[in-house]
Amino acid sequence: MGNGVLVVAAILVVPALGAALLALISDDRKGAWLNAFVSFLTFLCALALLLERPEPGPFLIVDDLNVVFIILSTLVGFTTSVFSSSYIAHELETGHLTHAYLRFYHAMYQVLMFGMNLALLSNNVGLMWVAVELATLTTVLMVGIYRTPAALEAAWKYFLLGSVGIALALFGTILVYLAARSVVGEGLDAMAWNVLVANAHSFDPALLNLAFVFLLLGYGTKVGLVPLHAWLPDAHAEGPTPISAVLSGLLLNVALFAVLRFKSIMSANPAALAPGPLMVTLGLASVVFASFMLYRRQDIKRLFAYSSIEHMGIVTFAFGMGGTLANFAGLLHMALHSLTKSAIFFCVGHIAQVKGTQRMADIRGLTVSHPALGWSLGLGVVAIAGLPPMGLFMTEFLIVTSTFARAPALAIILGASLVIALGALLLRLNGLAFGDPDGRSDPTKASFLPLGLHLALVLAAGIWLPPALVAWFQYVATLLN
Amino acid sequence: MIDPLALDVAHLFAGSLVLVSFMLLYQDRMTGLINIFALHALVVSLSVAWQAYIQHAPHLYITAAIALVIKAVVIPFALHRIVVRLGIHRTIEPVVGVGLTMLAGIGLVALAIMVMLPITAQAGTLAREDLAFSLSVILLGLLMMISRRNAVSQVIGFMSIENGLILAATGAKGMPLVVEISVAFSILVALIVIGIFLFRIRERFETVDIHLLHEHRGEQP
Repeated sequence: MGNGVLVVAAILVVPALGAALLALISDDRKGAWLNAFVSFLTFLCALALLLERPEPGPFLIVDDLNVVFIILSTLVGFTTSVFSSSYIAHELETGHLTHAYLRFYHAMYQVLMFGMNLALLSNNVGLMWVAVELATLTTVLMVGIYRTPAALEAAWKYFLLGSVGIALALFGTILVYLAARSVVGEGLDAMAWNVLVANAHSFDPALLNLAFVFLLLGYGTKVGLVPLHAWLPDAHAEGPTPISAVLSGLLLNVALFAVLRFKSIMSANPAALAPGPLMVTLGLASVVFASFMLYRRQDIKRLFAYSSIEHMGIVTFAFGMGGTLANFAGLLHMALHSLTKSAIFFCVGHIAQVKGTQRMADIRGLTVSHPALGWSLGLGVVAIAGLPPMGLFMTEFLIVTSTFARAPALAIILGASLVIALGALLLRLNGLAFGDPDGRSDPTKASFLPLGLHLALVLAAGIWLPPALVAWFQYVATLLN
Repeated sequence: MIDPLALDVAHLFAGSLVLVSFMLLYQDRMTGLINIFALHALVVSLSVAWQAYIQHAPHLYITAAIALVIKAVVIPFALHRIVVRLGIHRTIEPVVGVGLTMLAGIGLVALAIMVMLPITAQAGTLAREDLAFSLSVILLGLLMMISRRNAVSQVIGFMSIENGLILAATGAKGMPLVVEISVAFSILVALIVIGIFLFRIRERFETVDIHLLHEHRGEQP
């Protein structure tokens, strides 16, 4: 058991130490490599959780749900840091970033990883709130790092909406504590997950209901659910592309993870409001809205940002429907979306660099001018649009069919939106990847390793999932009920 | 059971906080706005100190001290300097009229009370009213953030929301220190972020009017 505690500590200490070291290192190449190395080390520590895990303490917990998230998060954190080193080299050459900002960027990257790992590992609702706030603030700083007017507007909007969201979430957290206090008693126990879930059946349902509304709106802002999504496309489009990849692939998941934790408290109390319909409504609104908005996008990073809103909507919808099958599909969809969307952003980052623009009208014929980039983008879009044989096809299929059995009307709306989004993505892909290349076209210096790894994993998931993994996800899905 | 006088004083402080929030809504001068924010922070720190006294929770005095030193003294001082340096210590223009904003504010307070009082019946008298008041302060802060276009006033609106949260957190008796520290901590961090942003905005545009920022939409049709 002692080893388990060490592993959990390492997952938090390694990025924190890495951040301090990176703030001291002034050499750019060394900084980029150390960033990747620290991320890799964190990923190894996360894998060690599969072997051994500690008993839940008052502040930290490792359970079957968050192990999935931590491994995914550290894996994508590692591959993104590899992508980041080749991306950043180009930004330095073109003078978009100075050396001082680069140092700041690398240190912030590790602080962000620390914040997300802490949010996933925390057993205390207050601690989790602090960690999510830390992760938000670091991404705000990174989104504004280019200091262009558009980047500043994006960062400011993100900061305002994010902090209002986080304020609502804190109010919800206080209400949860109040609901727990009369049952569990004062002190740390009334904020610990495992204690909360175990005692949730005797909490005051009215307080819980109100708390969940605040928490869903608060953390939902960070997930990018529809009436609260305004910050998301700007933040994705104006920041450095590795940050777009981490935002879409990881930070949205962390916020959704927080919603899931509170949902399980709600479901454990029979007298409380069922959280499902609220989540289904917000999720479905996001899917419908985002799939129509995809058609009007001019900017390639904004296009995929709206696609992230759509997919987070699908996942929220699936968890809202509940039931083992929908939960299983939602969980798998979330993992595969992280991998696919970050792969697409790796691709888009290199494309924007070789073409010198993010405007889709100025990018044409990529398969001719840069075959490797063009075809990987094609593969990524096929995956994200939910076409076979990629993994997201299977999960979307599961979500739609399991909904058909219970609420056919909702399934029809969801299915139609998915088809509409598919049309928009293929239309755009046609323009981007095919035709005669024009405009600027620099040779690419991309590293295809992270890109290839992600797409290979998504393809593998679509063709054959290891039975052990299926069993694991099914087990977690039953836990979520 | 808590002594009724102690309860009345706690309500007095919490109620004054709501009143000061209203005062923030109609201030149309930058210096006035910052001074009223300092008053807001002062009331919050008094309220927290009173809670510490009646709950016999000495750690809450730390929260009160943090609120007093940082939010009632340091931040207003820094904001005054920023405002003078930027040359915007004249009027600020609310988006909708003052009357309309005040009416909306009254509606929000009524909403907060109607929502909170019925469902917190079990939570104890003190927590009940405190929660209703703090939700009012939070909603008024949100209203201020959406009705102003100036970066400095939006930041003040945000910090008044944080004050409301502190009121709620201290009203919840026995809540672990984690949250209080985090709230104070987040305000510090927020100020750093905001400071950086204000100066960046200044470097680029020679103004802190957020309205002008919207000229630079990332996406042109």
